[in-house]
This record gives sequence, structure tokens and C-alpha cells, in this order.
Amino acid sequence: MSTLIENVVCTFCGSLCDDLIVEVDDGRVIKLRKACSNGGGLFQHYDPAPKSPTIAGQEVTWEDAIREAARILDRSDSPLIYGLSSTASEAQRKAIALADKLGAIVDSTSSVCHGPTGLAMQTVGEPTCTLGEVRNRADLVIFWGCNPAESHTRHFSRYSVMPKGMLTPNGRRDRTVVVVDVRPTASTRVADLFLQVAPGKDYEVLTTLRALVKGKTITSEMVGGLPLAQLQLLADQMRECRFGVVHMGMGLTQTGGRDVNVSELFALVAELNEYSRFSVIPMRGHGNVAGADQVMTWQTGYPFAVSFNRGYPRYGPGEFTTVDVLARGEVDAALIIASDPVAHLPQAAARHLDRIPTIVLDPMPTLTGARAQVVLPTACYGLDALGTAYRMDSIPLQLRPVLPRQRPTDEEVLDRIIEAVPAC
Amino acid sequence: MSGNFTLITGRTRAQGDGLHQGRDSEAYRLATRLVEMNDEDMNTLGVGEGDLVSISTLAGQVTVPVKKGDLPRGMLFMPMGPTANLLVGGETESTGMPSYKGELAEVEAV
Repeated sequence: MSTLIENVVCTFCGSLCDDLIVEVDDGRVIKLRKACSNGGGLFQHYDPAPKSPTIAGQEVTWEDAIREAARILDRSDSPLIYGLSSTASEAQRKAIALADKLGAIVDSTSSVCHGPTGLAMQTVGEPTCTLGEVRNRADLVIFWGCNPAESHTRHFSRYSVMPKGMLTPNGRRDRTVVVVDVRPTASTRVADLFLQVAPGKDYEVLTTLRALVKGKTITSEMVGGLPLAQLQLLADQMRECRFGVVHMGMGLTQTGGRDVNVSELFALVAELNEYSRFSVIPMRGHGNVAGADQVMTWQTGYPFAVSFNRGYPRYGPGEFTTVDVLARGEVDAALIIASDPVAHLPQAAARHLDRIPTIVLDPMPTLTGARAQVVLPTACYGLDALGTAYRMDSIPLQLRPVLPRQRPTDEEVLDRIIEAVPAC
Repeated sequence: MSGNFTLITGRTRAQGDGLHQGRDSEAYRLATRLVEMNDEDMNTLGVGEGDLVSISTLAGQVTVPVKKGDLPRGMLFMPMGPTANLLVGGETESTGMPSYKGELAEVEAV
């Protein structure tokens, strides 16, 4: 007989939609309501059946696999622990404890998504709010360098564009929606105003907006591929709105300028609070990447790119970030937790994983796992594993797993590895 | 033709769907092994939808089928994944972030 479970949290993306209705029968999800295609795929394709760990592709016992993982990490002079964004915060805490014990570098996928946003927060601060405030109050919603229609599919309907809120009783009609991007996307189609900025010119446009908001005169007729009159219109809307919010994405963090682009945006948003109420919320990609930043910051003082190799945490974007240490060949073993660097990092970095022993903890088969020395197939957070995840606005949510758990969790496996390795 | 194109990579819904079917699945391979181009650039290059083009950056070279995209002239879009990442360099400007968006690329019909 099937069971209906309500208010389930989807852990696919940083929106953490917590209203899914899941029907489960015989240990598998058979029906799903309210999920988008991204979240639905996660729930429908996940097979929670127990899987044996492997060493060099051969099935082994959990004891042997953990012993081998501990041996690799113990023998390493410079291990890397990477990933963390698709697992629960309880496991993230263990990963950092393991890095501390090993004297390892620990870094999350933040470094290749919103790492530059973290740098900007540290430079100019983060004028932020919750998605609940966006839903209930925002009358000017700007999406800059992001495409939620493809990456955070229900963001528009749950939080930012369509919902009827306390001060937005007419939903979409009570909001002005602006999208800034280098190309038309599925998201630009919902916009009242689409500003197609020239590639790599976001900084110039943001600086110009800061000047226009302050009433300065600009003599150029075009800035960053956009007519000045259009930017003046946006600056006026920004000053005159009741509650504005900018959702920003990889269009700012992955282009030239990176953190400097984001710092300029955060400075603009902070200054807009002289005229109106204004906030910014980064569009966090993975389900608990915001949690990775939170937990790293509680535990080490820094959000990513941390090395324990001197016995205390040191912060080094560019020095201890994963792409850099792999591309320079500076690590001699890697523990990858809930991430697939072989699929998602530049080849110059990913190929180093072929040269060093790699251990993978992941509920799903990955390209990194296919090449790894040790694979530990764990339970999936939010599907069959309990835990906490942080939404993109850093609100922690308790997960509600829907399937009976038949595999160990990342937290349990990391605990066993911590016990098995001697302190450095 | 070779030319100065700007390559941007990013998420697509098909790439997300392929991810769930498995990164070794045909759906994932098809979703991540393509390039989108402006149709005038395709005409200049003499290629139609599905034709193979060779894309080169300082980091590497790939040969992928081309698809018409709603893009400005001079821009290439590739879904994030192992094929696009052959074209992205390992430099991060001391931030940790490679140039997933903004690599200069050359394109030639195959």
C-alpha cells in the first residue's frame, strides 16, 4: 500500500522547495506533485537499494573500503577534501573535522559558483533578506546574470514573480521584473524590461547605475551595449520602488572581474537603501551549497578555500581553491563528497584526479567515481537521509526523507574515516 | 572561417534531465555535447543545424554539432559538462573561479 508524504523538502537546488507531495510504494517514489523537472528527476531516478563500496572497481565490504580510504588519506602529504554542496550540514561538519585531523585542504563547490560572491561579501558586506520578504514585499525584482527558468524552475512561482504576498496581493501585477543578461533566455521572456548587456561589461553597467542613482551626469550615450536612457530608467525605478531585490548568478561570478563585479552590485544595493529598501540574494545552485558556506564559516572562520596544513585554518582563494590546487598538481590524494569534479571542473584541473588516489562518497554514480580508487555509495540527503540544509537565503530547513534508509549516511561514513585515520 | 567568438557555458534543462539519467547516459552526452550559435554566424560559417564544428580555445579543442541559438553575433553557448570543460582553462585570477563564461574561441566548419 502506498504512503503519501506532504511538505517534503526538495534538495536539488538552492530554492529548497518545501511543499512537495510524494507518494511512496515498496521503497520507491511512484508519484510526485509540485516538483519541477530538476527536482522530479532527483526523486524519480534515485534507487535507494544498498550498494557495495568498491576498491579499484571491485566490490568490497564497508570495513575494507573505509580502511582503504583511511590508508590513502593517512599516506597523503597534501590531501584535498572537496564537494560538500549536495549533502547535509551534519556531514559537512564531519568533513571539516576530518580536514582538521588530516591537515588537509577543504573546499566546497562554492569556489566554482558563488566563491566570488563570498569575496564580495567580505569586501563590502551583504545587504540581504529572506525569500519570504521577497514574496511578501518586493515590488521590483531584478535577475542579473541568472536564468531561474532553467536552473531554479519554481523560484518565479514560489518566491519572486508570481506569488500573492502580504504587500503584493495581485501577484505578478504588483511587481516589476527586470532581467539583465548577455543573451535572451527562458527567464528574459517573463521580464517587463530585458537589458541585454555586452559580454564582460557588467562592471561598467553597475558603476554607471551607482552614479545615476546618486544623480551624477554621465556623458556616454551607450554603456556596456545599453543606451544610457535605459539605465537611467532602471536607476529611477530602483530609487522609487518600495522594496527591491536583486537575484544574481554566474553571469557575474564566472566572467572577467568575478568578485569585483559582485562587489559593485552589493555596493549599489547598499547605497539604494538611502532611497528605498533594497536587498540582494545570490541564486545558490546546489541544494546545500549555502550550508557548506555556513558550516565552513562556523568551523573555520572562512566560507571556502581553507587549508589546515599548518594545524590551524588558513584562507586562500586562488591558493587553496580546488581548481587551482588540482591544476597546479599540489594535492596527492582527494576525498570527493557529493560532487562530480570530473564533469564540472576544467580539464586542466580534473585530469589531476587521474594521477592521484581519489575517494568518492556519493549516492549516485558519477564520472569522478568511475575513475576513483575507492567509491562509497551513501544515502541521499532529503530522500533517504535525515539532516539540515540551508536555502539560498541561508534559512536552515530540516529535511524530511521519504524512503526507508538502507545505506549509511555521509555523516556516518565520515565519522568512521575520522576514527580510522591517525591525527597528523 | 575562424573568428573571435566569446564562449559562455551554463546550465540547461536538458543537461539537468540528463544528469538524473546518469552522467554516462546518452541523454547526458547529447545534452552536453553541442554548441549554440547565432544563425547569421552559422550562415557565414556555412553550417546548418546538426553539422559539426571545431571549437578551439587556449585550453583545448572539441568537435561538436551546432544548434541555432538565440544569441548575439560572436557568442557561443555550450551546456556545462565535460565537453565544454575541455575548452575552459585552469586559470582563476586568484579567485578559485575559472573562466566558465568569457573564454575567447575560434570556430571552424569540419
